[in-house]
Amino acid sequence: MSTVVETHDHEGHHGPAKGLTRWLFTTNHKDIGTLYLWLSFTMLFVGGAMAMVIRAELFQPGLQIVQPEFFNQMTTNHGLIMVFGVIMPAFVGFANWMIPMQIGAPDMALPRLNNLSFWLLPMAFGILVSTLFMPEGGPNFGWTFYAPLSTTYAPSTVNFFIFSVHIMGISSILGSINIITTIFNMRAPGMTLMKMPLFVWGWLITAYLLIAVMPVLAGVVTMMLMDINFGTSFFNAAGGGDPVLFQHVFWFFGHPEVYIMILPAFGIVSHIIETFSRKPIFGYSSMVYAMASIAILSFVVWAHHMFTVGMPLAGELFFMYATMLIAIPTGVKVFNWVATMFRGSISFETPMLFAIAFVALFTIGGFSGLMLAIVPADFQYHDTYFVVAHFHYVLVPGSLFALIAGAYYWLPKWTGNMYDETLGKLHFWLTFISVNITFFPMHFVGLAGMPRRYPDYALQFADFNMLISMGAFLFGVTQLLFLFIVIKTIRGGKKATSEVWEGTRDLGLEWTLDSPPPHHTFTVQPQVK
Amino acid sequence: MFAFAFVLVPLYDVFCEITGLNGKVTGTSTLSEESLAISEQRELLVQFITRNNESMPWHFKSEKSQMRVVTGNQYDAIFVFHNKTDKAMVGQVIPSVSPGRGADYFHKTECFCFDQQYLAAGERIELPVRFIVDPALPKEIGSLSLGYTLFDITDRIDATKEVAKL
Repeated sequence: MSTVVETHDHEGHHGPAKGLTRWLFTTNHKDIGTLYLWLSFTMLFVGGAMAMVIRAELFQPGLQIVQPEFFNQMTTNHGLIMVFGVIMPAFVGFANWMIPMQIGAPDMALPRLNNLSFWLLPMAFGILVSTLFMPEGGPNFGWTFYAPLSTTYAPSTVNFFIFSVHIMGISSILGSINIITTIFNMRAPGMTLMKMPLFVWGWLITAYLLIAVMPVLAGVVTMMLMDINFGTSFFNAAGGGDPVLFQHVFWFFGHPEVYIMILPAFGIVSHIIETFSRKPIFGYSSMVYAMASIAILSFVVWAHHMFTVGMPLAGELFFMYATMLIAIPTGVKVFNWVATMFRGSISFETPMLFAIAFVALFTIGGFSGLMLAIVPADFQYHDTYFVVAHFHYVLVPGSLFALIAGAYYWLPKWTGNMYDETLGKLHFWLTFISVNITFFPMHFVGLAGMPRRYPDYALQFADFNMLISMGAFLFGVTQLLFLFIVIKTIRGGKKATSEVWEGTRDLGLEWTLDSPPPHHTFTVQPQVK
Repeated sequence: MFAFAFVLVPLYDVFCEITGLNGKVTGTSTLSEESLAISEQRELLVQFITRNNESMPWHFKSEKSQMRVVTGNQYDAIFVFHNKTDKAMVGQVIPSVSPGRGADYFHKTECFCFDQQYLAAGERIELPVRFIVDPALPKEIGSLSLGYTLFDITDRIDATKEVAKL
């Protein structure tokens, strides 16, 4: 064993390859993490540009800027890109960077599979975005692509869309296999499961969810492919099928998918609040059990996205009660974060600002979710802007804030340079204010009856829509500031210590490494007490 | 899990049967032993609704829009089909019974919805639906609506013929 270790150390001195091939062929978890993060940051601006088109059209009533056909492509692709191209790859990027370092492993268990998992994504998004430039236009049936709009009435580019979804799914599944294998097999001696960092727990659970439900998504797009091209009738009533089948199978994937998009965020936020409260996370084991309960429950609530399709009452009631149940473990987590801060020694650096905003605003998103869970109430809210408000609150000040918080928290570790704290705080306040201006009024217009996915609206919604659009433009421009901050940090700044933040040495193995860490770390396993 | 997505199709049928939740749109064609044993009869209203899917050009109507019926007895309802175009076409009727809870208790012993309907250009036919309302129908249900949607499946039949020729 020791002979192998010495050889490794010699190799470590050579450093990573140079040039483009370094990035094409890398099997290094840090490099692959960086690739995922840059991909998702780029897609943030692509999907964000689409949102700007949407908000520009909705700035005033009437059709001014784009045709409805193109507007539908914007809403559809904004959703697809944000879900599959920003939030998911960004969390995978964090997983790649942080999991090996946090468990004391030299790399992921399957490094070459890791490379494939990443490079599948630019291919998939290249195919998806290219459909926007094809004569028939890109996907225009919403990110939830219900049949028959996505089968009988879809442009022929839908076949590219299906191909793209298949590729993304394979990437996620392969990545999840890698993550589970790594976590189970490569933890440092002494790190039992219940001593693992919460970010690692969050990802362990998320990886299981991904493996369980991405194949179901693959199944539903394959059924679509067969209905479109091979004359089957999965979703066609004329042939004995049912459009509602699509919704059931899609949401069986779709609901766990949204928990996939939030569980790693829970992990990140726990780390940040613990660090900046200078107090151990309150209720570590209940945090683990809560994440596991949320994941398990997420499998039995899917039909709350379909309350209006005509299900029997008993079915609607079951899904209503099960959905409300999920609020309980989620509430446990929120209370634990607050309890961690209580009587802690709190400082308000940028990561902490985003993390605290997460706790408050994600909770608001959760409340609107609870409102949507009530069946008779949902009959009014369904397909209105109230739903749009809900999921944007849990995804933007939810998932995205956690990602941004994690970026500020770990950028000094990754780059070796402190980010500019003043600019970071400016980014936070502009983002926080613009996010609320953008998404809070959506609750009101939704309750007042404005439908979603519409390029135009009744006159009584005009004032709020103008306000929402202005908030959205500010939000979009502010993220350019974030890009500037990230690039500035990479290029230089106050040198970071290995601890970076006060008192982190005992909080995680990543804080025992240099900032930036060498290309290969933990070539010798650390011992964990 | 990939196969699970496809298996969901028959799994839903199994689930509906086991739980009796039965969001299914039609009942079986025959009465059960228990139902046959019920001698008590009651009256209810059966209404007929016809609709054409999208651009299906046939004239498709029920002779009577409703019938007062008695549970346990067999009745015939006549529907008119008229292909007003100058091309031979094939139609498929998909039934639906409302309220959903009543679907189990509406038994069609004979129905044009069981088969594809071929009509030559300009052809007009009248077809029956033979049905019995189950005596075990819950008391709360005072009327049943039988809804029929007519789909144009000419293209699908042509496509299948092409495949069969290969």
